[in-house]
Amino acid sequence: MTTLKILKYHLKDLLNSKWVIFYGFFFLVITEALFDLGGNPVKTVLSMMSIVLMIVPLFSIIVGVMYLYNSREFVELMLSQPIKRSQLFWGMYGGLSISLATGFLFGMTLPFLWHGVVDLQGWDYWLVLLSIGLTLTLIFVAISFWIALIFEDRLKGLAGVIVLWLLFGVIYDGLVLFLIYYFSDYSMEKPVIILSMLNPVDLARIIMLLKFNVSTLMGYTGASLQAFFGNVTGMLVSASAMFAWWLLPLFGGFRRFVKKDF
Amino acid sequence: MIRLEQLGKSFGTLRVLKDIDLEIKSGCVTAIVGPNGSGKSTTIKSILGLVKPDHGTVIVNNRRVNGDCEYRRQIGYMAQIAHFLENLKVRNVFELVKDVRNSESVTLDEELIGRFNLEREYDKKLKNLSGGTRQKVNASLAFLFNPAILILDEPTASLDPVASRILKEKIHNEKAKGKTILLTSHIMSEVEELSDEIVFLLEGNVFYQGTKQDLMASSENDGLEHVIARMMEGAAA
Repeated sequence: MTTLKILKYHLKDLLNSKWVIFYGFFFLVITEALFDLGGNPVKTVLSMMSIVLMIVPLFSIIVGVMYLYNSREFVELMLSQPIKRSQLFWGMYGGLSISLATGFLFGMTLPFLWHGVVDLQGWDYWLVLLSIGLTLTLIFVAISFWIALIFEDRLKGLAGVIVLWLLFGVIYDGLVLFLIYYFSDYSMEKPVIILSMLNPVDLARIIMLLKFNVSTLMGYTGASLQAFFGNVTGMLVSASAMFAWWLLPLFGGFRRFVKKDF
Repeated sequence: MIRLEQLGKSFGTLRVLKDIDLEIKSGCVTAIVGPNGSGKSTTIKSILGLVKPDHGTVIVNNRRVNGDCEYRRQIGYMAQIAHFLENLKVRNVFELVKDVRNSESVTLDEELIGRFNLEREYDKKLKNLSGGTRQKVNASLAFLFNPAILILDEPTASLDPVASRILKEKIHNEKAKGKTILLTSHIMSEVEELSDEIVFLLEGNVFYQGTKQDLMASSENDGLEHVIARMMEGAAA
């Protein structure tokens, strides 16, 4: 109950935050522009996918880490009240995740609704993209909390999350390609499947592309996964790995929060 | 009453509290003084559970604090800095703390809200308030629930002289009601004016604990500031 009370005030704070409002309108403008350019919901979902895979992790991880650093005195105020640390942690995590999810859903949903996606072919693609965006929000807010609780110095924390985002979103594919090239004499299917499990952004992309069944865009990791598991099992395996990617940093952050000196 | 027994805390290799024993008496104002980094804030935060001691015991009103949070219902805390959720209005902050305290059964003490004229600020967002006004909100929150124990970390540091006087009067009045008040300050005139007991911390040790009268009697009646300054110089020598 106390957790819900804390969550309510975090929502009140964050839904008035210019960053969350900007985030919502960013997705609204981009989605609407893609509709106006292409018109076809399936094409729009495919184009939005790349943006969602880059922007949702970036925004969630940076806003998350800054929010936690800026809430330091608020945490002190709350922890001097008769409430448990766990209640405060879940209230803060829930408040930030729900706020960012609200901004994302606002920007992604309205154009699809007024362009009539529900009546058109492609609403199932759109739903998968929404689920992917929401899952990435939960994962990257959890990672940002964990990192902010590891590094006392906010500059180190901010640098840490940017490096992590670059690694997951940009550098990782290059590293995988390099490994495949370097070990080109060996069968790389299984190692590459394992590598794909170690990157939540890669997993999200694979789930989307398995749904679209566009093997040309899947990259080596996606194609290996499809070949190994097939489409449906591949999606289930990837979704389970993403679930693990949510739980691990969330409980890592929780453990640090419960033990931390404020 | 608050009692600390063999309380130790290190941050990395730095020993901030070196197994200190301390008793904060009920019904009087105890001031913790000492140079920067002497362990004042860590002591206060250990009592509140914000800092987890490496070892030792904190006892508040005869109950050992061991991870339980209910004892904090008896405590009002005013932190040094008041940066809360920036997009909340002042009224939201009061509502939030009342909500999490389940304060329906408590007679609220809204005297400071009135004397600081905070009703006028109720609909302003916290990010639009000056540092002094935030600190008035902070002080009002600490006293709001009529707690038996008040812990005030540099309470008047960013208040204007009028607000500072109001807060000091409030501290006097609460002491007269028998409340236990623990404060830290670098302003020695304030410590002299408000406190009954003085704890002087130095490099994580309790260097002196006793009544203000005893401390002053040991000097040549040249004010608390000089006495404390001499103690610091003596310890450094």
